[in-house]
Amino acid sequence: MATVETRQVRKVFGEVRAVDGVDLVTREGEFLVLLGPSGCGKTTLLRMIAGLEQPSSGEILIGGRIVYHLPPRARKIAMVFQSYALYPHMTVFKNIAFPLKAQGVPKEEIPKKVEWATALFGIGHLLERKPRQLSGGERQRVALARAVVREPAVFLLDEPLSNLDAKLRTSARDELQQFQRRIGITTIYVTHDQIEAMGLGDRIAVMQGGRVRQLGTPAEVYGEPADTFVAGFLGSPPMNIVEAAADCLVGFRPEHFLPREVHEGSGALVTLGFRVARVEYLGADRLLYGVLEDKFPDAKVIARLPSTVALTYEGGRRYAFAVPEKELKFFDRTTGLRTAPRLV
Amino acid sequence: MSARTTTGEPEPRAAAGPRALASLLDSPRWLGVLMIGPAVLYIVLVVGLPFVLAILYAFSGVTMGSRTIEFVGLKNFINVLGTAKFQTSLRNTFVFAIVAQVLVMVLGTVLAIALLKDFRGKWLVRLLILLPWVAPISLGTIGWLWILDSTYSVINWTLEALGLIRADGWLMWLGVPYLAMGSVIAIHVWRILPLATVILLGGLTSIPHDIHDAAQVDGASFGRHLFQITLPLIRPIMLVAGLFGLVFAFTDMIVIFVLTRGGPYDTTQVLASLAFFTGIQAGDLAEGAAIALFLFPLLLAVAVAFLRVARRAEVT
Amino acid sequence: MAVPPALRRATARGGHLGLIGLFTLFSAFPFYWMLITTFKRTSDLLKRTNNPFIYNEPPTLENLRVLFFDTLYVRWLGNTLFVGVLVVFVTLLLAVPAGYALARLTGRWGEQLGIGIFLTYLVPSTLLFIPMSRLIGDLGLQDSLWSLVLVYPSFTIPFCTWLLMGFFKAIPRDLEEAAMIDGHSRFGAFVKVVIPISLAGILTAIIFTLTLVMQEFVYALTFITAARNYTVSVGVPTFLVHGDVYFWGSLMAGCFIASVPVAVLYNFFVDRFISGFTVGAIK
Repeated sequence: MATVETRQVRKVFGEVRAVDGVDLVTREGEFLVLLGPSGCGKTTLLRMIAGLEQPSSGEILIGGRIVYHLPPRARKIAMVFQSYALYPHMTVFKNIAFPLKAQGVPKEEIPKKVEWATALFGIGHLLERKPRQLSGGERQRVALARAVVREPAVFLLDEPLSNLDAKLRTSARDELQQFQRRIGITTIYVTHDQIEAMGLGDRIAVMQGGRVRQLGTPAEVYGEPADTFVAGFLGSPPMNIVEAAADCLVGFRPEHFLPREVHEGSGALVTLGFRVARVEYLGADRLLYGVLEDKFPDAKVIARLPSTVALTYEGGRRYAFAVPEKELKFFDRTTGLRTAPRLV
Repeated sequence: MSARTTTGEPEPRAAAGPRALASLLDSPRWLGVLMIGPAVLYIVLVVGLPFVLAILYAFSGVTMGSRTIEFVGLKNFINVLGTAKFQTSLRNTFVFAIVAQVLVMVLGTVLAIALLKDFRGKWLVRLLILLPWVAPISLGTIGWLWILDSTYSVINWTLEALGLIRADGWLMWLGVPYLAMGSVIAIHVWRILPLATVILLGGLTSIPHDIHDAAQVDGASFGRHLFQITLPLIRPIMLVAGLFGLVFAFTDMIVIFVLTRGGPYDTTQVLASLAFFTGIQAGDLAEGAAIALFLFPLLLAVAVAFLRVARRAEVT
Repeated sequence: MAVPPALRRATARGGHLGLIGLFTLFSAFPFYWMLITTFKRTSDLLKRTNNPFIYNEPPTLENLRVLFFDTLYVRWLGNTLFVGVLVVFVTLLLAVPAGYALARLTGRWGEQLGIGIFLTYLVPSTLLFIPMSRLIGDLGLQDSLWSLVLVYPSFTIPFCTWLLMGFFKAIPRDLEEAAMIDGHSRFGAFVKVVIPISLAGILTAIIFTLTLVMQEFVYALTFITAARNYTVSVGVPTFLVHGDVYFWGSLMAGCFIASVPVAVLYNFFVDRFISGFTVGAIK
């Protein structure tokens, strides 16, 4: 059990600043997600924590010790790769036993440990198979077993679910979270999928351009985004962001943008004229694409109506929609950072 | 085919020609045969036919000047097998091929692994390392002939300058029995090393990078990483490179011909060079063919081994 | 355990570069030596006590003059080029369609055939050269360069077929299918779409064929005895030696000129060779 800390960590490849000054402190036993689009630096950061890359500057501490000079095997970490990186020429048993042998665990103890690790994931019946004979889901579990068998202090995962079918992904996500809660190892998880991040993370570090834009719980990064990037990245469909004034942007989420009469509760509402252009029926929700009129003319926005709203809406017609005042988020036009609310 | 407009009958016949050709150019089965046919035909004629002839000659009394082929049974083989020259050549061939090929594989693996990392000037290094393989064999070997010359060898001169040998103790690299074999093996290794390295390098670069990372995270030491992860993963390619090289070493005669002509006293004579001297220089085609045929069993073994490797690779 | 990581890395790096340096020296030294010897006066060369690494007497172009004007070297180069170009032509004519057929159009037996063709590359000239010499004599091609043109494709075709098969396999079928929908026949798609895209692979096959032709020794030695018809590979070792006296300067010049420029050209195509080879060999 250990915490991971990075202090002003930078990684430069020639001209490119892949990681540009990241300060991060995990909490013991927490599931921390590094979320961001491809190229944001999340995988590079993970690899630096693992010791597979050397930072250009800054420090990394694991369990309070500076680990700069330590190779991966001395850091008490375990890693699961996106491709699982199972050794193709070894059986499942040998794959899982490999790290134990590499660390000099006595031969007699190895089968017991392997058994324990495979039992955790229910793959005990696959021990004699080779990776090419396994399904995607089975391979993922073998990769996890191989990582866990060393009883590491920190668990690093690099998009381990992205190679699975969509259906499998949900159940795998569930199992992964249950497993982490049970074992309680500090885990750092990299993904570009915001649904995965929200579902799995105790806290999420949203990254862009080599920096952490916001670090917080799912509720915090979703409900109180720190800048326009975070606001736009989380949520599907993304937050509607319109120009409010010469120096100010205002945003509101599609699920808060509802017909006036549907809003419940007593909070103040801001009415917005909405001309619908197109309706998408998605089963559980309907998405209405259109433009605002009056206050923010020609601003393209999306409204998300749950199926519980039975009223019909047609393209071409104008409706009175509204957003609760407290759900309006204001951002500075030039920096994109969150600013204080103002009158609209 | 003139088109008679009155009855219109010949029209279909006129169209049958090009239509048949067109369908031929489209049909997967026939097009395949047509496209591969010429190459197969050529190979059967130019490789298969002489091969059959080689067997025929070995069982006959053919010479350079003879007009006919008379069957003499196993006479050539018996004649040849009994001679000390042949037995020495046979032994030399195995020694030469096996020692050379083992050296090539070991050194090739070392060099390939060293070349995996990027470094400045790598393109130049690659060019220089390839030179022995690309240069015409005889010409590169003559270069060595000059370097190893008994009177003017630069190696001897350098060794004397370094104080390791005396002025009258200059080594006859190509004139003394065991030394000559060593030199010949060394030069053959020099020539084949680039090819083996290139092939092994290709295999090494095809290992996904993730696997190396995983092994690092798992804590494998350098030795364990090399022998339990890297090398097992390139085993199929090592086998291919090894088999190739073995065939080249077993059947080569150029290096020996240029450097020592088989001497001194047949200590570097191998089957291929002996076949040449007997068959072409001395004109006894039949005996030469018989000697050369002894190369065949090894080729067969290699072919079978290769097919086995190929089949196993397909199954994975 | 107290070795600082920077020092450990530096020594590892030094060892790594040293190892590579050794191999490079081993491989390239003979050619370097050829180059130096080319410009040395024979009187300088044949003095045992002279330091061979420096020019004890001033460098000379005499060896080159002798090579180009007093020997048949230039003619041999021409002969080699003649054979090379013709063999390339024949090889491409037969190997390009064959490689394509193996990559695309055949099924189970096609794979066996592919391996079979590849294996014929391994049949050595030292096994076939004796019956071949007789055949060549019977055909009346003894001492003619045409004998080489006839026989050389026996190893260039298997090799190039295998190489090109690898290249063709890497081209997505979609392209040909699009061409067929556009109105071409299968063969037309091959000519109009596949070949232009594979130009790099075909160029590689050409370079490799040329180097194989330049290197070949056994057949050339066996079939041709008239000095004026030699190729470079045979002419230099057999003719430039007069009795016991070796004209080392000219000899080395001849070796260098016929080796190094080709190698430089070859170097540009090695990467493609590797990819073609590994795709073909290991699937």
